[in-house]
Amino acid sequence: MHNFTPVSAILGGGLIGLAASLLWLANGRIAGVSGIVGNLGSARAGDIAWRVAFIAGLVAAPLGYVSLAGVPPIQLDASTPAIIVGGLLVGFGTRLGSGCTSGHGVCGLARLSPRSIVATCLFMAAGFVTVFLLRHLMEG
Amino acid sequence: MMAALASGALFGLGLTVSQMTNPAKVLGFLDIAGDWDPSLALVMLGALAVAAPAYWLARHLNQPLCADSFARPVEAEVDNRLIIGALLFGVGWGLVGYCPGPALASLGFASGRTLLFVASMLIGMAAFAAVSPDSFPSVLRHNTRH
Repeated sequence: MHNFTPVSAILGGGLIGLAASLLWLANGRIAGVSGIVGNLGSARAGDIAWRVAFIAGLVAAPLGYVSLAGVPPIQLDASTPAIIVGGLLVGFGTRLGSGCTSGHGVCGLARLSPRSIVATCLFMAAGFVTVFLLRHLMEG
Repeated sequence: MMAALASGALFGLGLTVSQMTNPAKVLGFLDIAGDWDPSLALVMLGALAVAAPAYWLARHLNQPLCADSFARPVEAEVDNRLIIGALLFGVGWGLVGYCPGPALASLGFASGRTLLFVASMLIGMAAFAAVSPDSFPSVLRHNTRH
């Protein structure tokens, strides 16, 4: 476990929890990234601005942060075909399953939603199995 | 509007500070048989420790502070759509190490390969939106409830 970074993980997690709390208490909206992005195309006129604002903050704030604190490591080892297939699966799967790590994994668990608890267990399990197959069976 | 902007900003900062914007770190969590990195679990715990009391607090509010009503997710049953969608998402997550939030949060400072992931993800989302629910295989249309 020599890559374990407990302090930054809890601090960053706290900020994510604060973000989810703010969006629910102020706007009455779930901070689920796949839903906020994925429903952008079909949203009614009055339902668009907050989505755009959330995405703008999501992209701009880290950019501002790294310009002060330096760019953190980004190690993306997947091959180009894997990136494309993975992206398609993440996009389609999160819409079909009505949520991702933020909507089900943070907001849903915090609300004790049975659907989100099931979804979180399933996407975690699928992730564990996929990585196990790729790293330990196929590369043996 | 301003609350949504601030929420997105806090969300992005949290993902960056916790290094969830690094796919190798996420895959380190998913690799339980390897050199396991439990950081992602602590990110979720940290988020839940703040968000769970806030959701509980909101039960005592008739309406949000800046909107007319809470957009409560429909509490339907666990159906095949949820199950298959979550499994497909998990496979894609395990292939690359990106889920939607971190991919978008690092878009401004990551490489073109991250952009390729985000573009593929948006195409996947658009593909879902383009397929009408009626054209899904029946296994996706019906609840498991009989």
